Amino acid sequence: MSRFSGQSKQTSHHTMSMQMAHKQNSDSNHPVRDRAVELQRYYRDMLLIRRFEEKAGQLYGMGLIGGFCHLYIGQEAVVVGVQAAQKEGDSVITSYRDHGHMLACGMESRGVMAELTGRSGGYSRGKGGSMHMFSREKAFYGGHGIVGAQVPLGAGLAFAHKYKNDGHVALTYFGDGAVNQGQVYEAFNMAALWKLPVVFIIENNKYSMGTSQARHAAGDLSKRGEAYGIPGIKVDGMNVIAVREAAEKAITYARSGQGPIILEMETYRYRGHSMSDPAKYRQKEEVEEMRAKHDPIETLRELMLKENILSEDGFKLIEREVKDIVTDAAEFAQSSPEPEAAELWTDILVD
Amino acid sequence: MTVQILMPALSPTMTEGKIARWLKKEGDKIKAGQIIAEIETDKATMEVEAVDEGTLGKIIIPAGTENVKVNEIIAVLLEDGEKLEDVSIAKYAAPVSATPAPKPVSNVVSMPSAPVQPAASLAQPEKKHDKYIKQTVREALRDAMAEEMRRDQNVFLMGEEVAQYQGAYKVSQGLLDEFGDKRVIDTPITEMGFAGVGVGAAFGGLRPIVEFMTMNFAMQAIDQIINSAAKTLYMSGGQMGCPIVFRGPNGAASRVGAQHSQCYASWYAHVPGLKVVVPYDAEDAKGLMKSAIRDNNPVMFLEHEIMYGQSFDVPDDKDFILPIGKAKIMREGTDVTIVAFSRMVGHALAAAEALAAEGISAEVINLRSLRPLDTETIVNSVRKTNHVVSVEESWPFAGIGSEIAAVVMEQAFDDLDAPVVRVTGMDVPLPYAANLEKLALPQIDNIVEAVKRVRFRQAA
Repeated sequence: MSRFSGQSKQTSHHTMSMQMAHKQNSDSNHPVRDRAVELQRYYRDMLLIRRFEEKAGQLYGMGLIGGFCHLYIGQEAVVVGVQAAQKEGDSVITSYRDHGHMLACGMESRGVMAELTGRSGGYSRGKGGSMHMFSREKAFYGGHGIVGAQVPLGAGLAFAHKYKNDGHVALTYFGDGAVNQGQVYEAFNMAALWKLPVVFIIENNKYSMGTSQARHAAGDLSKRGEAYGIPGIKVDGMNVIAVREAAEKAITYARSGQGPIILEMETYRYRGHSMSDPAKYRQKEEVEEMRAKHDPIETLRELMLKENILSEDGFKLIEREVKDIVTDAAEFAQSSPEPEAAELWTDILVD
Repeated sequence: MTVQILMPALSPTMTEGKIARWLKKEGDKIKAGQIIAEIETDKATMEVEAVDEGTLGKIIIPAGTENVKVNEIIAVLLEDGEKLEDVSIAKYAAPVSATPAPKPVSNVVSMPSAPVQPAASLAQPEKKHDKYIKQTVREALRDAMAEEMRRDQNVFLMGEEVAQYQGAYKVSQGLLDEFGDKRVIDTPITEMGFAGVGVGAAFGGLRPIVEFMTMNFAMQAIDQIINSAAKTLYMSGGQMGCPIVFRGPNGAASRVGAQHSQCYASWYAHVPGLKVVVPYDAEDAKGLMKSAIRDNNPVMFLEHEIMYGQSFDVPDDKDFILPIGKAKIMREGTDVTIVAFSRMVGHALAAAEALAAEGISAEVINLRSLRPLDTETIVNSVRKTNHVVSVEESWPFAGIGSEIAAVVMEQAFDDLDAPVVRVTGMDVPLPYAANLEKLALPQIDNIVEAVKRVRFRQAA
């Protein structure tokens, strides 16, 4: 039980569905899969991220969330697909566009949303904000605000897995903007040299803030590890099943001791880089086209309807559950008190 | 239930804007995520997305309206089955502010002295040991690391040339043979990368010792040291500590030019979340390194190349350890307090010796740690001597001497008989020429002169 649920009551269905998701997560490598159950879970987890982020955008608009707030809307299939291929205990680290990763890791919506509003019920007790949340319990290592800095950190997590010989891998996410940072290649080199169990996941959402890939990155991003002997796979990051399949291959590769591997997820963010970005650097038609034809949630929904996995009523139930979780999180995030003034002076050093 | 659509803020500083146009009209069905309007500020145009689904019941603020306040209700969304007639629009006629954010807690009262985390009270006198052995600083550091590596399997050493080459300055001599290449790891020349790998490994439960061949190269890695290692405990609300030691020689060696001769003491001491340790002799090196490795916080351990080969007495005791945050009075005196750290402690002791010949009794404090800073020992000394000279190898601007001067002014102003005098390196990049290098670095004579100056002022 995490420390927040102690602070105020969770709605029972929320807790239950989280537990269910975890149980299924840990079973995900089981040879016999229940496709229907899995797809329902992906749908629900992606929808939760989507609705959570929309709510975060709304609270931002109301002035309840301050500073920088980078939404994950459009990219949901990436983290949900990778998560489905992980084992419990595999560590995850990412940049500042991190809300989706935290929810996918099983961190509680309440704690994440309350951190966004800077309240004591937040994962960092209001001291981290949108870009800085962590959960040792869920092996989520942040939440990092300096572009590219999480890549050597992720290699370091993998170093610890290898040193302890615990059989886990480190999933290290970064954007297409980060691929041009020098330290990414420093990390690639050491990870390859020492055969660290790390999966480098490039979330290529096509824009490094306002600069398109064509204007900021030479060559094929999936091949950026070639010189180090790191294999790379290009993946349709808008298709959760394709993501899961590629992630399974990559995680198996890294776990088996063969060293790092790169997954380039071709994805898209619908919103601006952050809340204050009007995204004038791209055509409206481009966004509309992605939303209309490649939306990860709609695509999965259509597939599930076609395969008779879930009826319209079934979708309504999921939507209701997700809506309740997000509403509850938003309420918690507004009712949770601001941190005590004394919090200013805690957690600077530890004994 | 009716859903109010509020004027959103596009940025933390936006207070009002213009409704440029409505993309949906009253009666339109709306799904979550659909763009319903465009708003403009002096900086940008942005789209307003619907968060909930329903029917656009009423547009309260028409297109073209300027100066619409953030959080003003701009439209009303009706849920399934709801009719506009059911909703009293009148109540939306006047702008209603949405649930206001609670007021921030009152700011802490501004504090006259910077509320730096105090050093632990470590008032007990230093233990005298039965037996001492002569060791170089280099050997003391190596022994400290070896003892801690035997004690804790999670301690490992990484850095450039630390393993097969036995250390660029031979500090890690013999460690590869004893602990093997799993725990003594040669890295490529890739400071930012291996500093980050070290921090990640510390997050992952290990206790890395990261050697920088010299601290000059740690500038390549300073983002990882400060943003990743020092700040994460705070940013995580206490969940994610980073037990790591960054060590290596700091300051001017000899004739290696400006890029290889910088003292970073005040850079790191500036940062909350780091501990900064500055050993002088072999006893410091041994006792403080052991503490640094056991510490659960990131520790910057600033060594000095010129000290590596010098020999000192070190307690011959497996359990010998020194607390971080406690200064040492190296020589007692009554007329002036000389505060120094690292190699400059030796200069201060030599100056004290010269001053004694002239009848001036100088007390010499070896700070040992800059963060936490043992202000108690400094202030107690000043109460006795009423005069302070600080000595450091680094530049004067915003240096450690500046901090000492501020602390003494804030905490012992009435005990001062003269302003604090700082002896520092000159405010220039360190030159190569032997004569110029000597002029740029603090010399024993400079300290003697400074003491005379601070005493003369009292006499005047």
